Amino acid sequence: MGRLTSTINAVQSRAQKSLVAYIVAGDPHPDQTVDLMHTLVAEGVDIIELGVPFTDPEAEGPVIQLAHERALVHQVTLLKVLEMVTAFRLEDATTPVVLMGYLNPIEAMGYEAFAEQASLSGVDGLITVNLPPEEAGPLAIALQTKGIDPIYLLAPTTTDARAAAVCRASRGFVYYVSLKGTTGSGGLDIKAVCERVAHLKAQTSLPLFVGFGIKDGATAAPIAKVADGVVVGSAIVTLMGEFQASPQALKSAVIELVRDIRTALNASNP
Amino acid sequence: MVSKQLGTNEALTSFPDQSGHFGPYGGRFVSETLMAALDELTLSYDGLKTDPEFLAELGSDLEHYVGRASPLYLAQRLTDHAGGAKIWLKREDLNHTGAHKINNCIGQALLARHMGKPRIIAETGAGQHGVASATVAARFGLKCTVYMGSEDIQRQSLNVYRMKLLGAEVVPVTSGSRTLKDALNEAMRDWVTNVDDTHYIIGTVAGPHPYPMIVRDLQSVIGREARAQFARQHGGLPDAVMACVGGGSNAMGIFYPFLEDESVRLIGVEAAGDGIMTGRHAAPLTDGIVGVLHGNRTYLMQDQAGLISETHSVSAGLDYPGVGPEHAWLKDIERAEYVAVTDEEALGAFRQLNLLEGILPALESSHALAHAVEFAATLRKDQNIIVNLSGRGDKDIPTMAKIDGISIG
Repeated sequence: MGRLTSTINAVQSRAQKSLVAYIVAGDPHPDQTVDLMHTLVAEGVDIIELGVPFTDPEAEGPVIQLAHERALVHQVTLLKVLEMVTAFRLEDATTPVVLMGYLNPIEAMGYEAFAEQASLSGVDGLITVNLPPEEAGPLAIALQTKGIDPIYLLAPTTTDARAAAVCRASRGFVYYVSLKGTTGSGGLDIKAVCERVAHLKAQTSLPLFVGFGIKDGATAAPIAKVADGVVVGSAIVTLMGEFQASPQALKSAVIELVRDIRTALNASNP
Repeated sequence: MVSKQLGTNEALTSFPDQSGHFGPYGGRFVSETLMAALDELTLSYDGLKTDPEFLAELGSDLEHYVGRASPLYLAQRLTDHAGGAKIWLKREDLNHTGAHKINNCIGQALLARHMGKPRIIAETGAGQHGVASATVAARFGLKCTVYMGSEDIQRQSLNVYRMKLLGAEVVPVTSGSRTLKDALNEAMRDWVTNVDDTHYIIGTVAGPHPYPMIVRDLQSVIGREARAQFARQHGGLPDAVMACVGGGSNAMGIFYPFLEDESVRLIGVEAAGDGIMTGRHAAPLTDGIVGVLHGNRTYLMQDQAGLISETHSVSAGLDYPGVGPEHAWLKDIERAEYVAVTDEEALGAFRQLNLLEGILPALESSHALAHAVEFAATLRKDQNIIVNLSGRGDKDIPTMAKIDGISIG
């Protein structure tokens, strides 16, 4: 069993919900990324989702687009992201790290070479935003050979037939994108999301995580009642932009936000 | 038959396959949210493309609204100047709105109406596809939003104002390189958000399946007409067919009906910008690497780390780091050839066509003209080249005036 599944199982056995935090590697500066990852873990984040900077992040809203641009100013390539994971692993051998990005940098490196190096760095899973299972066969084989979980997305527009196929292809967990739109969009209809999540959960034995639109404890708690975990991205990345000039202020703001969400999650699942 | 080269019995015209692939290219690389919309579009199009009522409506609008068929014109003075093969111009510049883009937009607007989507969105570089989209939106009473890089808005202010006159909302895109590729990203983001009531009219033969197929089919009216016109006006088949390639819709449109005519050379002309050696160009088929962007696998301008490079061309319509997947495949199987022409050569051809034929070509089409003159000189006088004159150059007058140091206020 991989680090991802054993971590999710351990959280479940404590009758808690998983908290996944997303940051873009190299944002606001490459020197801060590994330290921020440790900070997130110290405040109760169970899984780190590390964004791989790309020039054309077509599924991202303005907040995360800017994060990609900030990281690319410092030439944070996929190889550099893997180096950051290696550095993180020197002090943390247990927290799963999932990469989230777009296919082209992985194609450029080559599927086998990427799987090999990602595995050596200590990467546990991969979400490729623009790679639906239909096109993912060769990459999924390369990943699973090296013990890396391919994780696919479900959307509000996904039909039941597709949902079943997506869940069959996924390993570790399935990621439900809770709204039609880009990352960081507002106006989450919590009741509708909960109904949809309950419907999807009946169709798969994999843990179901929910992301897009969860920005604080108040939005996280009701969703965590039905989902196995929540992903918080744009809310953290907003702080990266706001406090990019001051690493200390950034750290304090991140700690405050993550504590609020962790506390709300724990309270909603007593 | 050309397809014998592939070791298969499939006709070249039978691609893409069921899942949208042209050999290793094409496919569907998008976020999950869009998969259902692409399935819906595929299904609707499959039903409509042979539907007599749809075809009649499309045919009627192409004739009475667009003004088709566009003439095939023997450019005698240009031919004399080149001193070789006869150069024939397929006059897409004479279409309503001044370019080939309208052929696709009429068809896709009918598709949108059929799918019950009251709103269309589009990306645009030179503004021609934006204008064509805004035009059909007005024609069919649809709401229209056009995404355009802020850099291109500067270069093509005439078309921006024109789109506004047509009632479209033009949204400047300030992310990334602020050109066509970023406008495409932003249009995808809009579509993800508004997929229930919105149809995205992609303007070129790129993007996720079924777009490269739909746009090619709708543009292939150019090649069907040209093939029949040439047979009637001259007899037989031309020796070569030539077109500029940015995303590649005008080229695919004129190439497609000639794919099985083995004797006809198909030549696509990319934008070499400042020159291929300088790296400042927009010629992925000439000097690119295979990758995945904007929903399809194709040749791309990218660096070793897989990040997309900024491109350069004097013509905004060719200033794009990718190219339609069918072109990538036609290159690999050697059914089509691709060359590149610099800004300077294209500007020369632009001036030349004005002086020799009294025709103002778009800067995009000027790339094909530049190569045609050079290529014609290598052929015999009894040979024939058809060049797709994909658009007219009114929109480029401010750019040319600026180059010539003339203020036209």
